[in-house]
Parts: sequence; structure tokens; C-alpha cells
Amino acid sequence: MSAENLVEISSLDFAYEDRPILDGISLRIPRGKVVAIMGGSGCGKTTLLRLIGGQLKPSRGEVLVDGQSVPHLDEEELYALRRRMGMLFQFGALFTDISVFDNVAYQMREHTDLPEELIRDMVLMKLNAVGLRGAHGLMPAELSGGMARRVALARAIALDPMLIMYDEPFAGLDPISLGIIGQLIRRLNDALGATTIMVTHDIQESLLIVDYIYFMSDGKVVALGTPDEIRASQHPFVHQFVFAEADGPVPFHYPAVPLAHELLGSAAHGGR
Amino acid sequence: MAGDSRATGRIATMLGSIGHRVTDGLIRLGFATRFFLMILLGSGQSFRRLHLTIREIYFAGFQSLLIILVSGLFIGMVLGMQGYETLQRYGSADALGVLVALSLVRELGPVVAALLFASRAGSSITAEIGLMKATEQLTAMDMMAVNPIARVVAPRFWGGVISMPLLAALFSATGILGGYLIGVVFIGVDEGAFWSQMQASVDFRYDVWSGIVKSFVFGIAVSLIAVFEGYDALPTAEGVSSSIKSTVVKSALAILALDFVLTSFMFREA
Amino acid sequence: MSRKLLDLWVGVFVVLGMAAMLFLALKVGNLSAANFAETYPLRANFVNIGGLKVRAPVKSAGVVVGRVAEIHFDPESYEAVVTLNIDGRYRFPKDTFALILTAGLLGEQYIGLDPGGDEVMLKASDVIAKTQSAVVLEKLISQFMFNKASEGQSDK
Repeated sequence: MSAENLVEISSLDFAYEDRPILDGISLRIPRGKVVAIMGGSGCGKTTLLRLIGGQLKPSRGEVLVDGQSVPHLDEEELYALRRRMGMLFQFGALFTDISVFDNVAYQMREHTDLPEELIRDMVLMKLNAVGLRGAHGLMPAELSGGMARRVALARAIALDPMLIMYDEPFAGLDPISLGIIGQLIRRLNDALGATTIMVTHDIQESLLIVDYIYFMSDGKVVALGTPDEIRASQHPFVHQFVFAEADGPVPFHYPAVPLAHELLGSAAHGGR
Repeated sequence: MAGDSRATGRIATMLGSIGHRVTDGLIRLGFATRFFLMILLGSGQSFRRLHLTIREIYFAGFQSLLIILVSGLFIGMVLGMQGYETLQRYGSADALGVLVALSLVRELGPVVAALLFASRAGSSITAEIGLMKATEQLTAMDMMAVNPIARVVAPRFWGGVISMPLLAALFSATGILGGYLIGVVFIGVDEGAFWSQMQASVDFRYDVWSGIVKSFVFGIAVSLIAVFEGYDALPTAEGVSSSIKSTVVKSALAILALDFVLTSFMFREA
Repeated sequence: MSRKLLDLWVGVFVVLGMAAMLFLALKVGNLSAANFAETYPLRANFVNIGGLKVRAPVKSAGVVVGRVAEIHFDPESYEAVVTLNIDGRYRFPKDTFALILTAGLLGEQYIGLDPGGDEVMLKASDVIAKTQSAVVLEKLISQFMFNKASEGQSDK
């Protein structure tokens, strides 16, 4: 493992029961970079994040994070590693029974013995970074979707992680919130000197902020490159994705018998 | 010939579905057992950081007080009326205290309090944990290196286990006061006879204590079912609502079945 | 809700629950009256114990002084062996008489102890020599009928 890669994944297989999700994936996330993993819904992107976080175990292959093999860590080592990771979930996953302030303070209180005044200062600084210092007294239910995402972002960076992971950070946001989150992802990564992995299918927003992109389809990496290379790519899948075409290598139709055959043959099937 | 093979086919399907249910049930029982062990292993925090458990005693115990006290009072008053009605035919209305106290302390107190507890507190524990799961809060907690079983599940379990015997005792006590109210104050059974006959016949170790043990066992069963159903819920709105239903149904069955087993062990000799 | 208020309510709840348990133990149950701190066992053999049950009271002069701890059948003497747990505060003379009595006509059965005048006291695990079995109602009635019948015959 070379020192410049924070995360290295090599020939990784994963299956839910008998359904294969990932099929021999290999990828490298360099330190200090913002990397996007893209692909259609259900192609195993979220599964990949969970494998990096150690919440799932691969059926084969290796996941190295900062030189440690995640699948082989015991619970204590895994928790020690996770303290240095931050994760933003698709819909924020804020704790709904405590305030915004307590949400951000959660990990500081759980994992450190810092005095309450210091925690207060740190929480307000984190909230300030996402522009929500004034909202620290609100409950999660009182926040809009975009604000909740930003609070969750402040919570994810509470302990200044070395690795920040985002699961669909743009899902369900209005264009303004979307732009804010995009900018925050980039800025926080650079300010904290962290490394960012972002799983998303929002190509236009991602192209603006990331350093590198992996494209996944059917559990495999099908294309990779910098934003400029991706824009210029002639790869049919990437082309379809970037220009949002309805049909292409990803077919419009779910696999089926030809339509004419199905309509004419329906009488025979109906008898069953 | 064709009918024969169809019949065998149907029998095979039936056997298959029975077998499937049995293995499914066993697998879930295995999960629940493992889950119980994980709760016990993760219980350190519930007692080291006592406020986590105190908070759950508030939600499970204190918030169930009203329904427990009111139901206990009414059941005691009904027992007082019905008991008097029956006993006075045999001229033994003085034994009303015994009847009310024994039925409450041995059976009705622990069982009815546990049933009420399951539908009031158990269902809300399931809902809470299920919603936390559906909104990825548990996963988020796990990713923050906080064990959700130690932090969320175990305190709720212990909160329930601690609350249950206290609620059952309160239920029995208010029930006896309700019986006293009807029997002595309204109907006019002799007050001295009411209490003294009760004290002569209700044994602490055999009656009161076994009632407390029962309610403790019910507390473990209901709390375990509630946290397990919540933790095991499908992470969708339908999944959570069906888990809540399942908590109430399974708790009720578990309480009644356990009551039968415990009663047959405890009162075999008496 | 603040943690202080929460602690307060939980405190109220726990105290109420404990009070209810205490009420059940002392006012409803007989923890205060009948659970003797220290007991010693005595044994008594009866030809017939009638409906005597374990935990039935042992009374002397009407006061509860102990409980029946165990009942079993002796296959050699064909008698019932009853073990009594007697309150450690009380001693009974060697020639104490143990009877199985019935509270009221159809009430529960208990053991009555009639102390004799002996100087020597019964020690733990001693056997009470003088006993009187339970009065079995059916026997009593058939005896009565038999007597009546024979009276009638002699009258003729």
C-alpha cells in the first residue's frame, strides 16, 4: 500500500445472501482528494461505503483504510477507526429526540472527557462552518431538508475525521441547498485536510467539486477519471449518464420477452 | 391418478410450509437469544451512566402510572362487588379481603399490569427503536463508534425490567384499596375482619413474593420482546407499524403462557 | 425536560412502587406477624392427618407459634410424619399434646399444642409423643348412625 492512498480496495466481492452486489471492485482514494463514486440506483454504491466503514463484511477481497484491513479488525479496533471517520447519511439521520446542538456535541460527549464549555465552543464553531450557528437550539423536526443535511454534516465532522463519507448528499434538495452542500463538501475537505468519498448519482453537481470519479455499474467499475476526462469520455455508459439519456447501455426496459410475443401469447399465459 | 398426485403435492406443500414456519421461528428465537446476550454484555453502560436508564424508567414506568393506577382501582372495585355478591350467599362476606387480595397479588396484579405495560410502554419502545432504525439513526450511531445496543437498547430494556415489578405492586395495592372502598366503605363489610382475614391468609413468601417474581419475569419478557421487535423491524413505515402490533400480540401471549408455567411451579404444593 | 425534573419524577415513581410493595408485605401479607426470625423443628406422628396441609398454622392457646413445614408418609409405621417449625422464642414441655383441630365446622385444619407439666423441655428435632389425629367427619357420622341403629335395636 502506498502512503498517498488513504483507502485501497482490491478485487472486492460482496453478496446479499445469493444476490451478488459487488463483483471484483478495485479502487484507490488518494489522501486529501474528493472522490465521487457514481452509478445508477441500486448498483452497490451505498454497500461500498458500508464495507469501507466496516458495517458489512466482504465475501472476498480487501479493504484497507489508513493501512488497516477493515474486515479483519475486531470490534474495538473498528470503533477506534470509526472515530476517525465521519459519515453523512442520505437523509441526515439526525437524532430526533435531542436538539441540533446536542446532535453535534454527541460524539464529543461520548468519546472525549472535554469540559462542557470547550464542547460548547467546538459545537458552535462546527455549526458556524455550515452556517447554522443560530439554529443550535432547534430540534431536528424544525429544520428544512437542506438545513438538516448541513447539521448532519457538522455532526459528521465533529471530531475532525481523516475520512468523510457522504451517502447521496444531494438527494431531495432544492437547487440552492444543493449548491451550498456541494461547496461545503469541497471547503470542509480542504479546511480539515481530510479525504472525501462521495456516493451520488448527481453528475452535474459532482463534476464541479470533485477531483476524481469512479463509475459503477452492475457491481463493477466501468469508467474512471478526472471531471474533464469524464466530460470528454466516449464510453457509452458514461455518455448516457452525463447527458442523462433515457436509453443506452442502461436499457429503458426491464428485461422481458418481446412485446408482440407477450401480447399475442397472453391468452395462453392467462390460463394458468 | 392425477388427483392422487395433486393431493400428494398439496400435502407436500403443506408440510413444507409448516417446516418453513418452524425453522423460521427457531431462527428468530436464536436471534432473540443472541440479542439478549448482546444486551447483557452491553449493559455496563446502562448502570455506569445511570441517567440513560433513569430516563427510560421515566418513559416506561412513570408514564404508565396513570393507566396502571386507574385500572387497578377499577379492577379492585369490581372484585369487591363481585366477591361480596358471591361470598355473602355462603355467609362468609368477612373473607372478602382474602379474595380480593389473593386474586390481585397472585394473578391479576402481575398479569394485568404486564398486559397494560406491554401495550402502553412496550409498543412505544418498539416504535421508538424501529423509527430510529428506519431513519438510519442506529446505523449513524454505529458509524460514530457508539454501540447502539449498549446506548439505545440496553437502557430501554433495563428501564422496563425495573419498572415492571413496581407497576405490578402499585396495581395490586390500588386494587386492594379499591376492594376496601367498595367492600368496607360502601357495602359495610366489617373493617377488622377484612384486614385480619386477609393478613391471616396472604402469606408473604408464597403469595406476595411469588407475585413480585412473576412481574419481574414478565418485565424481562415484555421488555425483551419490545426492544427486539423494534431492533428487528423492517426499516419502513409499514415495517415499524407491524412490529408494534407484533410486540403487543407476542407480549400478551408470552405473559399468559409464562403465567401458566410460573403458577404451576409456584403453587404446586399449596 | 430537564434532567433534574426527570430524576425527580423517577424518584417519585420508585418511592411509590416501593411503598406499594411494603404495603403488600406488611399490611396485606403477614410478613410482620408470621415469619419468625428463628425456628426450630419438632416432629409428630399422626395416624390420620385429615386435610392438614403444609404451611398450616401451629397454635397454642389460640396464638400462632409455628407452621407445618413438611408432611410425609412413613411406610414402616403407616403413619403420617409431620414436621413443625416452631418459633424460637417458645419452648414446650416434653409431654406436650399435639392435636389436629379444625377452625369452625368446615374451616381449615391446624395443629394445636396443649402443653403438659413436664419439667424437661422439647429440643430441636424431638418427637412429640402424644398426638391425636384429625377428626374425620365421615367416620364421625357413620359412628353416630351405627350407634343410633344399635340403640334402636336394643329398644325393641
